[in-house]
Amino acid sequence: MTEPLESPSPPAPLVDAPDWPSDTGWRRVSAKYIVVDVVGYIVSGLMMTAVSFVPLVIFHWSLGWIPPVVVGAIALITVLLTPRRVRSIGYQLREDDLLFRRGLAWQRFVAVPYGRMQLVDINRGPLARALGLSELRFVTAAAAATIVVPGLPEAEAEELRDRLVGLAESRRAGL
Amino acid sequence: MSSSSGFTDGDWHRLHPATPFLRGGLTLFAIVGILVVNLRDILIDNIFGDGRGDDGEPLVLLAESGFAWIALLAVVVLLAALVIGFYLSWRMHTFRITDEVVEVRSGILFRTHRRARLDRIQGINIQRPFLARIFGAAKLEVNVAGQDANVQLAYLGSQASDQLRREILGLASGTQRAEAEAATDAATVAQLPLVASGEVHPVTGIAQQRVSELLAPELDPDLAPPESVVTMNLGRLIGSLVLSGTTVALVLIAVALAVVFARTGEFFFIAPLLPILIGMGGFYFNRFTKSLRYSIAGTADGVRVGFGLFSTSNETLPPGRIHSVQVSQPLLWRPAGWWEIKLNRASTSGAKGAAGQANTTILPVGNLTDVRKVLGLVLPALVDPESIALLERGLTSSGDDGFHNSPPRARVLRWFSWRRNGFSIVPGAVLLRSGFVWRRLVVVPLARAQGSSLTQGPLERRLRLASVSINTVAGPVSASLGAIDAPAANAFFTEVAAATVASASTDTTHRWGAGRQLPPPSLTPYPDGAPA
Repeated sequence: MTEPLESPSPPAPLVDAPDWPSDTGWRRVSAKYIVVDVVGYIVSGLMMTAVSFVPLVIFHWSLGWIPPVVVGAIALITVLLTPRRVRSIGYQLREDDLLFRRGLAWQRFVAVPYGRMQLVDINRGPLARALGLSELRFVTAAAAATIVVPGLPEAEAEELRDRLVGLAESRRAGL
Repeated sequence: MSSSSGFTDGDWHRLHPATPFLRGGLTLFAIVGILVVNLRDILIDNIFGDGRGDDGEPLVLLAESGFAWIALLAVVVLLAALVIGFYLSWRMHTFRITDEVVEVRSGILFRTHRRARLDRIQGINIQRPFLARIFGAAKLEVNVAGQDANVQLAYLGSQASDQLRREILGLASGTQRAEAEAATDAATVAQLPLVASGEVHPVTGIAQQRVSELLAPELDPDLAPPESVVTMNLGRLIGSLVLSGTTVALVLIAVALAVVFARTGEFFFIAPLLPILIGMGGFYFNRFTKSLRYSIAGTADGVRVGFGLFSTSNETLPPGRIHSVQVSQPLLWRPAGWWEIKLNRASTSGAKGAAGQANTTILPVGNLTDVRKVLGLVLPALVDPESIALLERGLTSSGDDGFHNSPPRARVLRWFSWRRNGFSIVPGAVLLRSGFVWRRLVVVPLARAQGSSLTQGPLERRLRLASVSINTVAGPVSASLGAIDAPAANAFFTEVAAATVASASTDTTHRWGAGRQLPPPSLTPYPDGAPA
């Protein structure tokens, strides 16, 4: 290895990219998935709220009304925001990688090269199946680079799976 | 004598004949020994004494009870069954190595058959527990990606296993067989003539060989060019132990005890702490003896990491099996200028590294010279002087010197480190620099990145900041960086996504030796430095 250079060079200019990923060009998930998510959040919200009644009902604490109110409010906000949250989920099949986004307050964008695919799963929960929806999991060797696209119509999920397998096959890379 | 181990001819082979003994037969021998000692007492009594042993000895009681013959028969049958069992398990345990795969078949009633592809090898580990070393045997473990995904050959002849590893790596590298053999021949010219296991030798010869093996240096000097070798410095090892978190805990316990004693005048508080203290003593002893003969060296087939005083272990990581590298400096080590280097790897070997740490710590403690050497070994793709200079500066530097840093408004989230918290993209790799108190530099070779992500929480959105991370296989190193200027983060995300694809498509390390006679492939993942 060589000695450090005498004069540190300024950072290499970055690629000319927009300030933030654009909102266009995304393939969105089915609006029916809102139902699945809302039902899920209502059920879990009710359960959490029920549990938060324990201090009031069993221990008769004077301030016992606070936990149910807080938990109930959080659950309500979560449920009310679900339609927007579901609409924020999107994916793009780019030339060489799969781009995925989700989240409102906490936005997350993930790019995974097709060649890194280890396997593709299609899962169907009972409620999603009743609505004809599937969940597609694009699994790589890194847990954080595993993409889960929920709420795809069954036919679309299967077509996407075959497409991804084909793309991965043509761009196969090692581990 | 040929320098080939003879195992790579594609036929099924058996393990070292001492295997059953080394794998647990020792207990059997101990039991037999105890029986013999007891029986000898009875025998001596029978011949010279009054024909009776001491009353109350179980064997004497048995001898007098009239069931002696039945008991003796049972013991003999049991012993025979065990010996036959061990023998059969040894006979049924076979392995073969072809040009493509390594396979192991084992088990008597429940057969297992494990097959690993050679081009998927993540590392080959040779362990020599102390007992096995005395018998000149070694355990060879071929690791592939995945949890507990390894093919273990326990035990082989000590020298044959070194030879076998060289041959497996030669086959896996994709170098043609003839060339591989030529290469291994050349590599072993300077070595002692190899002794294949099971050959008859004069006892003195074997004894001499064992002694020379036990006294041999940890790293065979012919294996790697000396300028690539990093060894452990005794003073630094002791210093790193003294300045470790365990010592801090020990001092805290001592202070707490002193306070309690001063207040109460009672000693019994020590009793529950004794196991902890003993455990700490064990930690120091273990770490010291294991790290004492620590060496890292660059061989033709990858990085070799070896350690151990009594039980030794050494592993070879072929090129392109390292998914991310972290150089970090605990606060206590800063005055001494010591660093620690950790890796993410796709395989999780059952074998522990030096100091009983996971074998992801490749350099337990080292100074800047060691760090430079090790980084050169684990990041062979980083060749241009500018990137290397940037990497070395990145360990300690801060400010606008080749890294894209957090903007001043990130001070809210990175109080001290905002001038240092930054990234740099060099050909083939990404450098993430962070930490003002606990300095940290993470390097991810883009050819190994599994994906990249860009995240932004509510607070970051208000400050127009974002976090980026490069997703690699699981391990102690997490390649992520928070509080980056949002547009810069998006540019990073865009560029890294493109560069990952480009690096992965030009990566040939799964057959790293296939182009060995050709000049090394261009390491610039994209020609103009700025993909579209």
